[in-house]
Amino acid sequence: MKKTLIGMLATSSAILVPMAAMAQTEVQFWHAFTGRLGELVKAQVEEFNASQSDYVVVESHKGNYSETLNAGIAAFRAQEQPHILMVFEVGTATMMAAGGAIKPVHEVMEASGATFDPDAYIGSVKGYYTSTDGDMLSLPFNSSTPVLWVNRDAFEAAGIDPDTDLSTWQNVDAVLDQLKAGGENCPLVTAWQSWIHLENFSAYHDVPFATKDNGFAGLDTELALNGEAQVAHLTAMGEWAKDEKFIYTGRRNEGGANFRSGDCALFTESSAGYAGIKAEAEFDFDVRPLPYWEGVGNGPQNTIIGGASLWVMEGHEDEEYKGVGEFLSFLSSSNVQAAWHQNTGYLPITSEAGEATRAAGFYDENPGTDIAVIQMTAKEPTANSKGLRLGSFDQIRGIIDEELEAIWSGDKSAQEAMDSAKERGDALLRRFETANK
Amino acid sequence: MEKRVTFRGWALPLLLIAPQVLISAVFFFYPAGQAIWQSFFIPDPFGLTSQFVGLGNFEFLLGDKFYRASFLTTAVFSILVTLCSMIPALFLAVMADRLIKGSGVYRTLLIWPYAVAPAVAGVLWLFMFNTRVGVISWYLGKLGYDWNHVLNGGEAMGLVVVASAWGRISYNFLFFFAALQAVPRSVIEAAAIDGARFWRRFWTIVLPLLSPTTFFLLVVNIVYAFFETFGVIHTITAGGPQQSTTVLVYKVFSDGFVGQDLGSSSAQSVVLLIVVGLLTVIQFKFIEKRVHY
Repeated sequence: MKKTLIGMLATSSAILVPMAAMAQTEVQFWHAFTGRLGELVKAQVEEFNASQSDYVVVESHKGNYSETLNAGIAAFRAQEQPHILMVFEVGTATMMAAGGAIKPVHEVMEASGATFDPDAYIGSVKGYYTSTDGDMLSLPFNSSTPVLWVNRDAFEAAGIDPDTDLSTWQNVDAVLDQLKAGGENCPLVTAWQSWIHLENFSAYHDVPFATKDNGFAGLDTELALNGEAQVAHLTAMGEWAKDEKFIYTGRRNEGGANFRSGDCALFTESSAGYAGIKAEAEFDFDVRPLPYWEGVGNGPQNTIIGGASLWVMEGHEDEEYKGVGEFLSFLSSSNVQAAWHQNTGYLPITSEAGEATRAAGFYDENPGTDIAVIQMTAKEPTANSKGLRLGSFDQIRGIIDEELEAIWSGDKSAQEAMDSAKERGDALLRRFETANK
Repeated sequence: MEKRVTFRGWALPLLLIAPQVLISAVFFFYPAGQAIWQSFFIPDPFGLTSQFVGLGNFEFLLGDKFYRASFLTTAVFSILVTLCSMIPALFLAVMADRLIKGSGVYRTLLIWPYAVAPAVAGVLWLFMFNTRVGVISWYLGKLGYDWNHVLNGGEAMGLVVVASAWGRISYNFLFFFAALQAVPRSVIEAAAIDGARFWRRFWTIVLPLLSPTTFFLLVVNIVYAFFETFGVIHTITAGGPQQSTTVLVYKVFSDGFVGQDLGSSSAQSVVLLIVVGLLTVIQFKFIEKRVHY
């Protein structure tokens, strides 16, 4: 009863809360989650509020990722910014460059005195959000990485052993032929094409996606996605598209509907697709590591993450930052992270949470849910696989999407398309560099 | 002799026009001025710093061949949306005008689509035409036509045009219908007595008498196609495939709100301002001459 009361207060307007909790310091938390994820966030906040009496975290949903970022920016300009803002990974460079608008997480944690051990976080998860000096700038919140989803029934229908080794694209190539020959009319489909087939592809094969350590080492970075390895992969995918072995369904995760309905045999998608696929698929499915090309680059290296992190914004009282520190420390705690990981399919942000999940037998009961964790952590990240830090990256992804569509429709060769993507993307990077001098 | 009201002194007339001037200044001139001012800078998203670049934003835009191509895309899109929303509306209005029984129900039903928000309309059309899963694309597949607007630019354009024009038909219908009701019966009856058949009466009497409404709708629909369609485009194609449905205003939105590039976004607004200004001048100068009030 008490919990629901607090929950009701927390979700009702911000005016009511201080009335109910006069002595408590309020911390505003803006996020981009609705539906099941929204409920889970709300539950985390309620648990924190109930666990202590000094601070009240007020969570509010501000639209999708782009809208949340825009809301945060608009609020900052009007000096009404929240304490904590959720920003998706492609907005990282924008936030980092805004030195006067953000307060790095490591500073907040040190000042607040809350428990904080930077080494407890998984390297390849936190790497995306740390400075080149190794300081954590934002707290990883929801992180996922691409994996390969297999419809085992579709394999059997086409007369292929569903346990066939799919660890390399060479093997997948052969299987696509067999699937097509076996009457499957959607052998391969993908979500988030740029994230999976270029950004992660580059990290996984340890080849640069952009110069200057993928932008970590400076704003004067240039795209390098027209390299030999990427072009070879996209050429192969273009061939598959031409032969209708790879079916293009759109720029976002439209392909998920096709896979979950049983229409497609193979699906490259985020590990966080787990909950949806498990709930809807009426067929036997499998999770496999993302395939790599044997003999290309140093594959398999590690894949990189997608998702969002929490940024602390500048311009609040010290007392309030203490509350922020306590809340972030609570979010990083092992049991909160383990529950989050198991409920959502997102990666745990600390190694301890991963181990707790394994010890609880979760991976044995839900086979394949640890694939993403293993894929992320098997190797120490290199300069090419730490992550990406590129300005205007949301728009650059739009450009990449356009150029990839030109490959799938046969209008351009992979080399032409990627050369053009580099040229157009570099122009935006130069503008970003000017804006943030 | 000309009759006009004259005021003594300046105070009263100034007071009377003040509200209008104030509203125009606050809601039109100030934002437009801001857009022009901002177009000379490259600011960072948070408004912490700003680099003066002079006409740099315009140079960057006009040097971009995709931006230049989007003028053509916008022209094609706007013309198609205007035609596809006005011709069916006129047809439906003429038909409704001839109805004797049940015209109230018919009219009400025709007005409904106007109440659907553009983004929702976009989602509805997207569901029906979803590649491989949508109802209509599934039937088209049965008929042997492979509908794929995610890769075929022509189909994508067709889909956004239909989705944008659909809700507008209702709006145009209302105006045409009201205008038709205002056409004097006596003129039509006189023509009928002279032996003119329905279509002849329509071409020679009704359509010319509708011309002020048609002209008004032409201006309003072009402005609509220019400025208010990005919700539909955003939900259905997001400007793709490649750039085949990236119209000017969608680029303003995506550069400003997705890319946080406010300098370029402002410069594009200024360009749009000029384009629409020119269009309106052209419309009033040349087309209005053919309108009979």
